[in-house]
Amino acid sequence: MNVGAGHLLVVAAVVFAIAVAGFFLNRRNVLLLLMAIELILLAVNTNLVAFAYQHGDLTGQAVVFFVLTVAAAESAIGLAILVTLFRNRGSIDVEELGRLKG
Amino acid sequence: MLPALPFYLASAFLIGASLGVVGSRNPVYAALFLVLAFVSAAVLWLLAGAEFLAMALVVVYVGAVMVLFLFVVMMIDVRLAVLHRSFVRYLPLGVLVAVAMMVQIIAALRGLAQGAGHAFPEGGNTEALGTLIYTRFLYPFEIAGLILLLAIVAAIALTLRRREGTRHQDPGRQVLVRKQDRLRLWRLPPHQASGEQLPASAQREDT
Repeated sequence: MNVGAGHLLVVAAVVFAIAVAGFFLNRRNVLLLLMAIELILLAVNTNLVAFAYQHGDLTGQAVVFFVLTVAAAESAIGLAILVTLFRNRGSIDVEELGRLKG
Repeated sequence: MLPALPFYLASAFLIGASLGVVGSRNPVYAALFLVLAFVSAAVLWLLAGAEFLAMALVVVYVGAVMVLFLFVVMMIDVRLAVLHRSFVRYLPLGVLVAVAMMVQIIAALRGLAQGAGHAFPEGGNTEALGTLIYTRFLYPFEIAGLILLLAIVAAIALTLRRREGTRHQDPGRQVLVRKQDRLRLWRLPPHQASGEQLPASAQREDT
């Protein structure tokens, strides 16, 4: 059986779906939500790599490079916000974070 | 054409590790499963010809971002039992959404990637990617650097803590001190009993 870019797309779709399910399952722990975001970005990047492979075009890989950069910045700021949140509230439970509601 | 056996092996590890991330009770295990998922994905990318990105994924994500995650996991004392209560409650909804989304994505992508892939241009992947990034994507590359700088500044500004009541040096104030602030000269009369107050005859000798 020939393995091609289509198989990579299916694997990426499965990982994406698992990560989205993780959003529902772990909706109380912000840390696990951040990890699920990382998984989603990984699935998206795998899609881009698969299409770059399919078309023999490196543009997809260049886009993956930028997505990696932005994702690293996002996780750094997200974790900093998480630490500040935990210092101020003593909890990272999503459902207790209703402060901005006023 | 991708080699079949490494592909299926890495895919199985990637999907299993993703399930582990989502289903772990302990955030430390979740972070370690995420490391496994990144390494498996790096293998997949390597098979698909993205050599530089696979290495970058291992170095940047496994080496830096996941260490950051582990540090934060250890800093934060999460009450696991309380946080895990919602897991079973939302399991049917989560599985439903996941299956629906997976079916939709696969249906949308059907037929988009059929047949053998085209060959990449000759030469190394790193060199070709570098040429592309430094020519066609030069401005996005600069903006990416700016975003990283922004992330550094934002992360430090968010987590920097000024404690009240600690004693520390303030070099600016130290430099601003003048002689009159610290030094007083008194002219004392020659004979004086010990233990007395300074006599009225003692005069301040301002310099």
